[in-house]
Formats: sequence, C-alpha cells, structure tokens
Amino acid sequence: MANAIQLLADFGRNFTLSDIREQRVDLAFCKAPKEQAVRLIRELRDDAGYTHLVFLTNTDYIEQGIFTLTYMLHNYDARHTLGVHVDLDRNAAEMESIHNLWAQAATYQRELREMYGIRFPGSPRLDEDFCLEGWDQIPPMLKEFDTAAFSLERFHSREGRGSVDPSEHMKTLLYPTHSDEPSSGGS
Amino acid sequence: MDMQKYALGPLPNDGLSAEDRDLFSDARPVPYEPYPVAVVEKFVNWVRANSLWLLAFGTGCGAIELNPLMTARFDAYRMGVQMRPTPRQSSVFIIGGYASVKTLKRIIRSYEQMQGPKFVVCLGICPINGGMYWDSYNTLNKFDEYLPVDLYITGCMPRPEVLMAGVLELKKKIKEGRADGANRYIENFEWYKANQKRVIKDWNMPDYNW
Amino acid sequence: MQNWPSQIGYFMLNLTIVGLYGMLLSGIVARTLAKVQGRIGIPLYQPFLDLAKNLGKRTAVSHGVMFYLGPVFRLAGGIGTLAFVPVLYGSEIFGNFSMAGDLLLAMYFMFFGQLGMALGAGESGHPFSAIGIARGLGQMTAYEVPFALAIIAIVVQYDTLSITEIVAAQQGGIGNWTVFTNPLAVIAAMIAFLGMTAYPPFDVVMAPNEIPIGPPTEYHSSYLAMMTMNQAVFAGAKLILFMALFFGGATNLVELVIKTWAIYMVAVVVGAAFPRFRVDQSIRFFLRYPTLIGIAAIAYTQAVLLP
Repeated sequence: MANAIQLLADFGRNFTLSDIREQRVDLAFCKAPKEQAVRLIRELRDDAGYTHLVFLTNTDYIEQGIFTLTYMLHNYDARHTLGVHVDLDRNAAEMESIHNLWAQAATYQRELREMYGIRFPGSPRLDEDFCLEGWDQIPPMLKEFDTAAFSLERFHSREGRGSVDPSEHMKTLLYPTHSDEPSSGGS
Repeated sequence: MDMQKYALGPLPNDGLSAEDRDLFSDARPVPYEPYPVAVVEKFVNWVRANSLWLLAFGTGCGAIELNPLMTARFDAYRMGVQMRPTPRQSSVFIIGGYASVKTLKRIIRSYEQMQGPKFVVCLGICPINGGMYWDSYNTLNKFDEYLPVDLYITGCMPRPEVLMAGVLELKKKIKEGRADGANRYIENFEWYKANQKRVIKDWNMPDYNW
Repeated sequence: MQNWPSQIGYFMLNLTIVGLYGMLLSGIVARTLAKVQGRIGIPLYQPFLDLAKNLGKRTAVSHGVMFYLGPVFRLAGGIGTLAFVPVLYGSEIFGNFSMAGDLLLAMYFMFFGQLGMALGAGESGHPFSAIGIARGLGQMTAYEVPFALAIIAIVVQYDTLSITEIVAAQQGGIGNWTVFTNPLAVIAAMIAFLGMTAYPPFDVVMAPNEIPIGPPTEYHSSYLAMMTMNQAVFAGAKLILFMALFFGGATNLVELVIKTWAIYMVAVVVGAAFPRFRVDQSIRFFLRYPTLIGIAAIAYTQAVLLP
C-alpha cells in the first residue's frame, strides 16, 4: 500500500511518530510515545480501517534499558499490516490496556504480565496464571533470567547428553576416509 | 525406596483447602499382586497386550503423530489399539513429546485416574532428556522422575511407523510381564510425589487422584 | 411353565448364545465400518479380548451404591428383554419364558435398562455423563413414539400381545411377514430401530468428539465389562424381537443369524453414510415423519387389514 507512509504522515500531525519505515509493500512500522500509543491505535482502528489486532508482543532491549511493545494491526480492505512500536522503561514497565478495543488483547496482556512482568492496569484477569502455574522466579522471558541454569537446577539434566555438528557428523559417517587436506599422493 | 513406604498412614492432602479435603479420598494406593495361578496371569497379560486402549490426551507436539496411527494408512486398530477419551477406561498413556510443568499436573491427574495395570510410553526425545528444549524454563528433562515409564520411543518427531514398532515392543513387554510401571509408581510413591512437588509449586490437588 | 429347572437351563443357554453372537456382531460391524473407511480393522475376536481385559483389570474405583447398580440394572434390562422374547419359533429349548403378554414385558425391559443406567451414570458425577443421560433419555422418549405406534399397529393387526402368536401368524410363506402385510408399521419401527442402535446419525448419546463417550465416561474395569456384555445381549435381544415381530421369526439358528445380521446391517449402512444429527434435530426427526408413519400404520391396519 503506497499510501501507508502518507497515512502515517497525516497521523503525524496529531501524534509524534518516529522511525516510520516501510518494510514491504504490505507492511510498515512506526514508533509512538507511550502516552499517545493507545489513542493512536484507537484512531487507526476506528478511522483508518486497521480493525484487526494481529498480535501484541514485547522485545527486551536490556542494553538500552527498555521494553519495546509491538502492536501489529491489519487492514483487511487495504490488505496492509501496520506495526506500532512503543518503548517502555524497563524498570517501571507499565502500559495502558487495550482490552476495551479488542477483548482478546486481555490474553496477550496477561501473557506479557507473566513473561515480562509488564503491568496493564485494568486488564481483566491480569494476575492469574497463564502458561506458568506456581512460578516462583523472576519472569522467565527477561534477558537476565538464565533459563539453562534454571533448567539444570530444577529439572535435572540427564547425563550423557552431547551434541555434534551435523555437517561434520555426516561427513565422518558417509566419507570415513575423507580428509580436508589435499592428499599428498595425488596429481 | 523401601517397600514399607506405602504402608504409612493416610495421605496428608496438604495442597487442598480444609473444606476441599473432605471431598477427596486420602487412602494410599497399594501395589497389586499378580494372579496366583501363573497360567491365568500369563493369559491375562496376553489379553492386556492385545487390547491396548490409549488415552486420547495429546500432551505435546507428538500427539499429532497419534492421529495418523488410527487412519487407513497405518490402522493401528488391527493391533488391538483403540483410543479412549476417558482415563478411567484407558490403559496406555502416551506422553506425546515435551511435557511442561503445567501439563505435568494434568498428566499426573489423568495417570492416577487410570485403572491398573497401566503403561506409560514416552514418545520423542523430549521426555527422555529434554530434546531441543533441554534448557527451557518449562520443559521437564527427565520424565521418569515424575512418572514410571514403561517404554521410550525416541526421535524428533518419531513417525507413526516408529510408534507402531513401539506398540509392538510394548506388547512384547506386557506379555512377558515386564511392564510393571504402575506397581513401581506405588512402591516408590513417596519418591515420585517428592519429585512431582519439587517442580509443581502450586500443588492444589489431592496427593493421589483416585 | 411346569418344567422350571430345565427352562432356566435353556434360558442360560440362550443367554450365552445370544451374548456371544452379540459380541461377534460388534466385531463384524467394526470390521465392516473399517472396510468402508479403507482400513483392515480390528480382528473379529477383538470384542472378546476387550471384555477379558476389562475383567482382568486389577483395580476399580466406586462412586457409590448406584454406581454399582447402574451396570447391574442395565444388564438386567438386557437379560429381561431376552427372557421374554422367543429366540426360535416352535422350539422348546429356544422358546424362553414366552407367554401371553410378553410383548409388553419386553418393551418395558427395553426402557428399564436405560433408566438404571441413567441413575448409575448420574452418580458418577461426571458432567459428560449427565449430558449424555439427558440426551439419551430425550432421544429414547422420542424414538419410543414411532416404535410404540408400530407395536400398537401390529397388535391390532394380529389381535394378540404374545410374540409367539405374532410369529405364528407370519408363518407359511414370505408374503405373510409383517413387512409385507403391514409395511407402514415396519417402516416406523425400523426408523425407531436406527435410533435404538445409536449409530450415526442418531449417536447423540455417545457423541464422540463432543461429550467424548457420554454416560459411561466414569465406568471402567468390571463395570465396563458388564456394560459391554449387556450391550451384546441387548443388541441380540432387540434384533430377535424385531425379527420376530416384523420379519417372520426364525425356526432354526441359521435363519436367525441371517435375518438378524441383515436387520443390523440396515443400521450399520445408514450409520456409515450419515453424519451426526444435533440433539434437537434427532429428537424432532423422530417426532415428525416416523410418528406420522406410525399413526398411518394404525389407521391402515384398522381401515384396510381388519375388515
């Protein structure tokens, strides 16, 4: 959709959008400030035809101290997908809920609460267990959570586990006499 | 684990609230003896081996391999395999691939509701050592710490042919009377329960789901 | 009825034969359906293995007194139905306890087993059981209407409530069978029979994929074995009743096997060809055309056959 940039430029008069980027002809991204994001998404849904919430997810940029939420919206008429990035402070991760725009967003927000500890005040059943039941550690998708160490400690790795490089393994299996060095007897 | 453990008193059912505790049985399971006449036991074992009712509970990605097993191409019915939708009637529990902690709770409940003799088959590499999810925060690495396993079928994913070979192997084990996982579970009940409770932090079910 | 001991012995023989035949029939049906689906299917003796396996289970859990009694009542219903249906016409050994009003008793026993089952499965406390029972009783009430109308029609036609006399009246040539003398009644009864056998499209009670197996969800081990046995006896008794009432009865075992197998195949072929009705569709179905056909059968009997 060629006019996605145009559309975002129009929206840019009311919102401070940054990082507008057209990834593909049917996919574009922009970044909105936290305070404006939900208002922007509501207007995109109600006025610009982006009626479908594809997903809501989060990326942990631990080096920069931020979470980046991604609201992926789809416009069925224009067959165009638009991603809205929102940066959150990693230490006080809280975001306005969009469960009143799309009811299913509550499930995404519940998951983000569980996996990253992001709060969405007002979102229904936010604090109930979702995938993890009885979780007693820091949220597991945070970068500082060491899953391998946790797994070794909690789930007891079985002895005898090894790993091989597939290409090397197949090479020795199929060509036992093969060597990477050029053979001295040849030519 | 000594054999005297299961002779201890009633189960504590600590995980249940006081008013729920009355609703569940606190009796300890007891291991069962084979039939006193060897020929009868042998016959019954042969019957058990030829009438395997699988619990239709897909616990992981491997469950997708169970469905083709019953279709025209593989047709496991001819080997006496049938799917039962209720744990009460089924005798074989196939752990289809990785088991997460949340699923383990349901697996334990279903397994304990099955009537003995019952057999557990682990499908795929994940229940053996975690497979490609060995370092995940939620995937059990050694499934035999939580439930007794009678047969492993490795692979990622095992194709239905391998599953059928596994069924034949399980039949052989049952016929020889070596598939005694259900008794092992009860004889080492305290050890299995301790392992289960070590990973399931919100234990809110009875200690044995009769 | 002077010779009680031998009659009871004969009945036990009948029960065994019909039970074994019913079990074998379920194996045959499973294999037939497998062929329809392009599979090989279970071995013919698989139902016997399943029965022995369930009897050989080492543990069983009870949910209360009615949970015990449910399968017992159900088995009593199956045995009771068989007890009052003469298996072979004119045979002392295969005559069972046939008497003047045995048709009514057989109909009553067909109901009785279902009610006992409802109480037992209700006590198990599983929600799917309760849903299955509600559906089962609803559907049973619905298919009993065309079935009862068909029975009334042939009772009026033959002016008797004794199954033996009804069979006697059909002897002497294929043209004397009820299916040719009173086809409307047979059509209504056969549609009700589709509902009784609970094959698709009327399998709303067991409804796999929906309420996984309905009433027997909590039944296991020997309870389940008892219910499997009843299923075999009940299926056999029902088939014999239908054969006696509508298809001229049987005078020897070969004729019995051929006729009952053919009657059962009606349900199987319909079942293999149709998907499942919804509950409301199934119940309404029985209360529409089959009921009208049943009423028409009575009118036809009164107006055409009797004068």
